[in-house]
Amino acid sequence: MASYRFQLNGKAAVADSWDPAQPLLYVLRNAMGLHGPKFGCGLAQCGACTVLVDGKAVRSCVTPVNSIEGKTVTTLEGLGSPETPDPVQAAFIAEQAAQCGYCTNGMILQTKSLLAQNAFPSIDQVKQGLAGNLCRCGTHTRILSAVMLAARLQASVKGGAR
Amino acid sequence: MKRRNFLKAGGALVVSFGVGDGLLTRLAAQGTAAATLPLTDVDSFLAVQADGSVLIRSGKIDCGTGHRIAVAQMVAEELGLSVTRVKMIDGDTQETPDQGSTGGSTGLTRGGMEIRQAAATARVALLQMASARLNKPAAELMLANGKVSPRGAGVGVSIAELVGAKKFGLKMDMNAPLRPAGEHVIIGMSPLRPDVPAKATGAHTYVQDHVVPGMLHGRVIRPASIRAKLVSVDEASIASIPDVRVVRVQNFLGVVARDEWAAVRAARELKVVWSEWQGLPGNAGLEAYVRKGPFDKDQQVLARGGEPSLIVTAKQLSGTFLWPNQGHASMGPSCAVADVRNGGATVWSSTQGPHALRQNLARVFGLDVAKTRVVFLDGAGSYGGNGNDDVAADAVLLSKTVGAPVRVQWMRHDEHGWDPKGPQQLLDVRAGLDAAGNLIAWETEMWVPANKPGQRAMPASEHAGLATDEGQNAGLMTQNGEPPYAVPNVRVTAHPAQTTPLRISNLRAPGKIANVFAVEAMVDQAAAAAGADPIAYRTRGLTDARALAVINRAKQMFGWDSRPSPNPRAEAGAVRLGRGFAYMRYKQSENYVAIAMGVAVNPATGKIQVRRVSCAHDCGMVVNPNALRNQIEGCIVQTLSRALFEEVKFDASKVTSVDWVSYPILTFPDVPEVEVALLNHPNEPLMGAGEAAAAPVAAALANAVFDATGMLLKTVPFTADRVKVALAAKA
Repeated sequence: MASYRFQLNGKAAVADSWDPAQPLLYVLRNAMGLHGPKFGCGLAQCGACTVLVDGKAVRSCVTPVNSIEGKTVTTLEGLGSPETPDPVQAAFIAEQAAQCGYCTNGMILQTKSLLAQNAFPSIDQVKQGLAGNLCRCGTHTRILSAVMLAARLQASVKGGAR
Repeated sequence: MKRRNFLKAGGALVVSFGVGDGLLTRLAAQGTAAATLPLTDVDSFLAVQADGSVLIRSGKIDCGTGHRIAVAQMVAEELGLSVTRVKMIDGDTQETPDQGSTGGSTGLTRGGMEIRQAAATARVALLQMASARLNKPAAELMLANGKVSPRGAGVGVSIAELVGAKKFGLKMDMNAPLRPAGEHVIIGMSPLRPDVPAKATGAHTYVQDHVVPGMLHGRVIRPASIRAKLVSVDEASIASIPDVRVVRVQNFLGVVARDEWAAVRAARELKVVWSEWQGLPGNAGLEAYVRKGPFDKDQQVLARGGEPSLIVTAKQLSGTFLWPNQGHASMGPSCAVADVRNGGATVWSSTQGPHALRQNLARVFGLDVAKTRVVFLDGAGSYGGNGNDDVAADAVLLSKTVGAPVRVQWMRHDEHGWDPKGPQQLLDVRAGLDAAGNLIAWETEMWVPANKPGQRAMPASEHAGLATDEGQNAGLMTQNGEPPYAVPNVRVTAHPAQTTPLRISNLRAPGKIANVFAVEAMVDQAAAAAGADPIAYRTRGLTDARALAVINRAKQMFGWDSRPSPNPRAEAGAVRLGRGFAYMRYKQSENYVAIAMGVAVNPATGKIQVRRVSCAHDCGMVVNPNALRNQIEGCIVQTLSRALFEEVKFDASKVTSVDWVSYPILTFPDVPEVEVALLNHPNEPLMGAGEAAAAPVAAALANAVFDATGMLLKTVPFTADRVKVALAAKA
């Protein structure tokens, strides 16, 4: 059984896996007890399993655990909590941008990744940026509003820190 | 084989309490009460906790609809509490009464109203208790902020002091007065849903996240074709995967493992030989299959005026409309955790019908129903009967066989391949107009699955050869089959089919979406034949003020350009522009919904881009406008997805659309602007709103495409390929 070392939500973590090809998703959910990332398809088609690896959104259901050695992984739990949500999470809560919420993990982390590259995207840029994230409840219009609000909230947080 | 010993040792299991929501022991459920909580008792629905907060026991579940906040508001209103002081436990067969399965938009109309009546009964009782305690007439007391106080000045008493942690011991009083609309301070407001902060931060426990000590991970291996038999299994093919046990019960095949990834790989890599089976018509043969039967006796759904075919008309129109099988397509494949022991079971499930599932599982698997408990935990949105009940059966069968708690999550191909499908629908519509262009004769003939009593057979029970019901029910499919306008001679006839190619279940707004599509598309054809504006044509002779109100509101929101269709100025560069309208009253007796929609159609690619949707919605009294809008927006976007993209693909032996590429749904680039107006009637009864806005969506879309192109699409989905071919054929 091999061990893999990486940074997880700001802390050093070690994952043991009998299979170097085991997707990161199962390591996070079962060994680390982090249930933010969800199993949706196992095919990188829906985005429910999204996490940030070195700040970029990746599909953890097809990311082998041996590929994250030495990298930095952030899950939904690593952004904030119900009491102290991250600005993107706060925007999703304010806009009530969830129904069942199963896709919410991916929507929020994809948004983090998107806003890191483009702090003030247009609606069309957001639509393209989230094109690989599926939602079945039809909450899309609220998610779009939440992303636009998140961009403003993140900017004001950064502005306030200056 | 020592690596497998743990699985054969049976399930030594430690049960820990106090995990999770802190309300009850739901996450460590064990031990069951024999009797279901009676619907006649206030205590079945409500409890005042020691701290004066209130616990609601709801038999109806919240599958992302906002049920929790809406019912909490109704209770908070009756009991004079802040909504944050009201919590809900939903869908636990031991802790909540059986209010019927959650479906047909009955969450609030039945579930919420029963609980509200319990709260109203409790309110009267609290005032009486306080009256005795304070030695003042009840009429001089008021209930607010968790306290009964004299209306003027004076000392009050909190509800915690009156009944905290004790039972009311009261029968439901169906005459206990509800707070009148004029006094509402919580109903009609939009407090935020309690589940969203946890959902947005990874802190919400879905059934997929539920962990039981000693739990094994299970996966199922479904037959290669729907009725194939299991011929042989080569267990050596997975010898390199640690700690896996293959479970075979007749034709049921599964694996369990301590490690989830081991179970996933084992299910994928296990070499299995199945018999050949072919028996499906395939997509191309669907219409012929549907017309052929066998059928139950024809059902006359509606007969108004004279026999339409005998009416002398100046112009006749007809059309055949086909709606395909569609999947629930839940974002998370169905999941359940089952712990079978001592002749009973605890099953954690996101089923929409916990009480019915409990009975069914007990019957099928020979469990003592008194020792069987189903505990609802949130799942991915189900929109009807997805795989939730089936996966619970898989988990029970595996747990029972291996003697340990088992969590089963389906893989994506299991969900897309094996969830029971929304049924196919075929409609022939014939309309007759008089010389003035008015609709005077109308016939709808519909081919729908017959409803057969009993529970739906589940793959686990069928494959394991267990006796099971063979029920078939996809909801009330025949409603909204006639134009909701002043048409004097109407017949609606249903041919109930005894068989369907694929196993079916209810899928959001069952039957109504396709029925309204056929009806409202044909009404637009009639309007076009009469040279009339589609909205003006609909309102000829329409007298229902609430119907007119939603129609006029949607028209005004959209900025409707009154003229006949098709659009004489449709050309706009590479695309053609059109707008469409549809109206219906859900189930002919509930919500009024009107939708106007603007589209751009690219004839070269066949691509339909929906640009704007304006929806006016009247569901009587509005409880939580924000949560309601969320449902309506969801109905609109989800139904656009169904109308534009979705069709279950199958060949002669199996479903072949088993992922998001072969069964695509709408993605962000196709999301239109959606505007919703709520026409609130606080003094009218509330009506359920989880489905109604879905019903007119496909019709409005088809009418908009007709306006843009002069071509009526009658087969769903309106894929780019289909539109391109149809437009080329028309040209």
